[in-house]
Amino acid sequence: MNAPVEYLLHLADNALILGQRNAEWCGHGPILEEDIALSNNSLDLIGQARMLYQHAAEVQGGGATEDTLAYFRDVPDFKNYTLCELPHMPLMSATAQGDRDFAMTITRNFLYSSLMVLVWDQLQNSKDAQLAAIAAKSLKEVRYHLRHARDWLVRMGDGTAESHAKAQAALEQLLPYTQEFWASSPHEAAALANGTGIDMAALQNDWNQIVDAASQEATLQRPTDGGFVPTGKQGIHSEHLGFVLAEMQSLARAHPQATW
Amino acid sequence: MSAITPLPAPTDVARAWVLLDSLTDPEIPVVTLRELGILRDVRTGDSGLEVVITPTYSGCPAMGQIEDDVQTLLKAHGLQGRVVTQLAPAWTTDWMSKAAKDKLRAYGIAPPHACASSTTGSASVVQFAARGAKPEVVNCPQCDSANTTETSHFGSTACKALYRCLACMEPFDYFKPY
Repeated sequence: MNAPVEYLLHLADNALILGQRNAEWCGHGPILEEDIALSNNSLDLIGQARMLYQHAAEVQGGGATEDTLAYFRDVPDFKNYTLCELPHMPLMSATAQGDRDFAMTITRNFLYSSLMVLVWDQLQNSKDAQLAAIAAKSLKEVRYHLRHARDWLVRMGDGTAESHAKAQAALEQLLPYTQEFWASSPHEAAALANGTGIDMAALQNDWNQIVDAASQEATLQRPTDGGFVPTGKQGIHSEHLGFVLAEMQSLARAHPQATW
Repeated sequence: MSAITPLPAPTDVARAWVLLDSLTDPEIPVVTLRELGILRDVRTGDSGLEVVITPTYSGCPAMGQIEDDVQTLLKAHGLQGRVVTQLAPAWTTDWMSKAAKDKLRAYGIAPPHACASSTTGSASVVQFAARGAKPEVVNCPQCDSANTTETSHFGSTACKALYRCLACMEPFDYFKPY
């Protein structure tokens, strides 16, 4: 039994786009250890994306490869959460350039890995055996990412007045985007129906517990839910994804068929 | 009394096992791929000899090198084989033999503790990351002191974290439990 291609792409795109975003810190980390940490985090995420794209390419057939899926699809084809594509800067307008705010990076990694420890844990029981195998590996990695991000979130929230303010701003900026986690989409429904996917809404309580416990320890105020629910996983993205893809795909598109 | 049957000529599979048994990891050349649990099987598949390996970390850049090393070694001894990457069961540092852990320590890398892979995703992490929780004791591979501290969750390769010994003051790598 195989998971629907679109569902595999949703999982893969999340990992690839967040991996690409975190890799922007490579060579620019606030301290050497964090430069290494974020590059390692990206390495894991891009590794997970590769396994998922390879599987999706096999299921899709027709000459698809991990490279065609990563480099030769456009914005509306990408199924990642909008959360993953946002720049590392709160309250950014439509430009892709800007300073990187470490609090944004950490808060996003915390929110995403808090979700993925639950998702991968459940997907270990997927009827798609290859997806279940990828889930078992990814779970080990994302647990470690969560530890890293949560540790920093608490340090910053319960740190100086400045670090607290930055962490609080990041949480307020990013938390509304997480509402997309629980919204329904056709490919998630299809995966759930054939036993290869999971019921995302059922994870919401556990996720809330992880987020609330960490916020409390970090002395951060969790904003209330409400407002716009993003639609990235359905291919309707923020203006930021185009810039991410332009940077990530330009080399492969300028030199199709290149090998190195 | 039956006639003595001559020993069969070693099969390709047996020859490949002997060769691959001594193939070391490209990043940590004191331990073999078999000792690390990366080399899973050598078998005869539909299209001939198959060498089964499993990735460590999803994005470990050494996996490509390992595949090349396997191919090169087989070719150098006149064997044709295919490298198969198998994801399940997921690689764990718990597969590492005691001998391999001793070799890592002698090389200056603190070997991994047993890994808590049986716990579920949500439950383990919440406790694991709580502030004030007692961190696991990692002994210094140089002087064996337990008086060490974690410098960084992440290190020079995906599989390691950075530590430093407060007794002999040496920095060292810790092979993370996975």
